Amino acid sequence: MASHTSTPLEYSTKQNEMNILGFWIFLGAEIVLFSTLFASYAVLEGSTVGGPAQGEIFVLKDVLIETFLLLTSSFTMGLALHQMRDNNKTAMLVWTVITLLLGAGFVYFEINEFIHYVHEGLTMQTNAFGSAFFTLLGTHGLHVSLGIGWVLMLIIQILRRGITAVTARKFFIVSLYWHFLDVVWIFIFTFVYLKGLM
Amino acid sequence: MLKRQFPLNHVVGFLLSIVLTILAALVAMQTDFASNIKMWIIGTLAVFQALVQLIMFMHITEGKSGQINIINIVYSVFLAVVIVAGSIWILTTGHAAH
Repeated sequence: MASHTSTPLEYSTKQNEMNILGFWIFLGAEIVLFSTLFASYAVLEGSTVGGPAQGEIFVLKDVLIETFLLLTSSFTMGLALHQMRDNNKTAMLVWTVITLLLGAGFVYFEINEFIHYVHEGLTMQTNAFGSAFFTLLGTHGLHVSLGIGWVLMLIIQILRRGITAVTARKFFIVSLYWHFLDVVWIFIFTFVYLKGLM
Repeated sequence: MLKRQFPLNHVVGFLLSIVLTILAALVAMQTDFASNIKMWIIGTLAVFQALVQLIMFMHITEGKSGQINIINIVYSVFLAVVIVAGSIWILTTGHAAH
């Protein structure tokens, strides 16, 4: 229990505290960025002229697979951070690699889903629904892809330098980013997919 | 280094997320409520799930800046609601009158 009450390593210096606060402020800006994309989608989702409507192309099973992949990766990222606070580098890296595999699985399914939609006749150029849909989903998918690269580079750094105040802070920040992407996906799942399938 | 406890917070958060996701899918696909009522229900479930992530996975309340974090995120969410609800309101109401 002792390490529960003491300050975690990632908060141990003033600089680290400021960096973490700064990243929270960035996440605030990201919320606003995604809100503009959600707003465009909500306004344009009915403009399906010349292409299939949501209910004709969305497949609940595929969406649920993507949702559970991302949800589980958020959980394993949490476990990796938990191991980092235990100063257990091996277990931390194992959970991190599992997180990355789940994230890559998510991107794989999402790309397949996009290919499926293009075959069904919905591209970014088809209509306003297509533009808004691919912009919102593509921005999220790009975030996940960038996150995979970011985590990969941190894994290399932690392998070389171990768990220090600096690498712990960097890993904490990337874990915030990863959980945030899951939060965005919850809203995509609800207000794009479930709404479209209803 | 003392061993920390079993990560109960994360396990509970994960199980809650799964339950909320399945519940939302069931409400959307298997019930006969009017669609606007369904949207309110699954929208509320989504907000709950986001809170689970923020509190149990992202430790938003942690650190010396915990309170600043909450103010920052609450303000961002306020902006998001204004942008989304405002856009829908302005761009989709009153079309029949014109």
